[in-house]
Amino acid sequence: MKYAGLLLMPAGFFLTIAALALFPDQGRRLAFVLCGLAVIAMGLVVAVRGHMLPHGDNRP
Amino acid sequence: MNAIPLMVPAPIPAQVATMTDAAFALTLGLLLLAPMAIAGVALINTGLGRSRSAAQAMLGNLALIAVAVIVFAFIGASFAGSLGSAEIVLHAAGKTWSVLGLGSFLLHGLNAAAPQSQLAVLFEFLSVAMLVLLPWGSGADRLRLAAGCASAAILAAIVFPLAAHWIWAGGWLSALGTNFGVGAGFLDAGGAATVHLLGGMSALAVVWIAGPRRGKFPKEGLSTAMPGHNATYVLFGCLLALVGWLAWNSAGAILWVHAPLSALPGTAINTLLSASGALAATYSVTRFRFGKPDASLCANGWLAGLVASSACAAFASPVESLFVGGVAGIFTPLLIEVLELALSIDDPTGAITVHGAAGLWGLIAAGFFAPKPGQLLAQLIGVAALLGFVFPLIYLLFALLNRFVPFRVDPDGERMGMDLHEIGGGAYPEFVIHRDESYR
Repeated sequence: MKYAGLLLMPAGFFLTIAALALFPDQGRRLAFVLCGLAVIAMGLVVAVRGHMLPHGDNRP
Repeated sequence: MNAIPLMVPAPIPAQVATMTDAAFALTLGLLLLAPMAIAGVALINTGLGRSRSAAQAMLGNLALIAVAVIVFAFIGASFAGSLGSAEIVLHAAGKTWSVLGLGSFLLHGLNAAAPQSQLAVLFEFLSVAMLVLLPWGSGADRLRLAAGCASAAILAAIVFPLAAHWIWAGGWLSALGTNFGVGAGFLDAGGAATVHLLGGMSALAVVWIAGPRRGKFPKEGLSTAMPGHNATYVLFGCLLALVGWLAWNSAGAILWVHAPLSALPGTAINTLLSASGALAATYSVTRFRFGKPDASLCANGWLAGLVASSACAAFASPVESLFVGGVAGIFTPLLIEVLELALSIDDPTGAITVHGAAGLWGLIAAGFFAPKPGQLLAQLIGVAALLGFVFPLIYLLFALLNRFVPFRVDPDGERMGMDLHEIGGGAYPEFVIHRDESYR
């Protein structure tokens, strides 16, 4: 799970790059960049959850 | 996009404009004061760790700086490309994207470079020295010295040069304004991205790979409090950091956003206001939450204010700087608590919040407060590049490194303390070291 999150994050980065290359107007660029950041945030959340310690007796 | 990267001669970096002798001398003087910030962070790293690891922590601060500086001189400065002899570019959407510098190795040609380029390289040396201390503090009490040095080498050879080229040395992020009409390109006058956000992300990677200190997250209860061993070191470190930060932000304003000398007093005042606003906010939050202000969290708040100012002190107004610092001071103690209690992240110095989150906030705030329209978009693109590409790269490199040079000390070493285990002597040999209750 931790690696899935870390793999998702570059997808958001490439979405951001695509916004620059594909759209000339700032409005659509901003929307695409925000989508890219949302994907990065999702990846980070998945990575964080993958690294969290289990609770209670399941802790190492 | 052209799949084959092309190596082309680099254009003359923007900072190589005419600079008066007075401006050159002033910038050099400021850069010679900037190591005070590094000294402050080193003291904070040591004070927030345990007494039985204090000597190892301080020796590590020095060793990591030495490794980073040597590696950056040999390899990193070439990839950063501030001396500007060649660069690797991609072509896409009818534009050139400079992705990596490719100058001479071993700083060849430094003495013949323009004085402004020499100052830029000096700024990068100081930045990489600061950067490597941030994950070292987060790995306190369990990160081995050899692993710290190896991670510093990776940061100085690959990660920092990549970011520095993109942001400072004519790379694609700094060219967003000229290539795509997005604001003035990504702005990072004081290293909020290249030093602090990068440092915060490296700290998170180190903490995840090394794991928490033994006994930090017991089976019963959420978390064990492991307070730093010397609050005086920590608070004095904050004062030292202020001196360095005033110089750092002022030098960065001259070098990276070409601020006139008349703007420097404003930059310094903004830095001070940001730190003060952050301290006032953290003091209030901790006073409200715990009934009394918390010294180490207040120190973290002060530092978070300085970090946030790194991004926007050069062009924000005093009121805006106070606001930026105030927001950093409010979220710093709260986020530190969330990371520890909810996400089981053991970060003794709070670098993930203080440098990572506050740096991120400062960069976004710079988008709101910069005079040029469209700057917010440029800042968001830069943040996406660092979080979406550079952070996974750091984690991957550190995870690979951990296979060859294990990050975490063995359980006996951790029980004994890093001082005795790694360097054979303690920082306070005449003190009685108390038994740690968490090892019963």
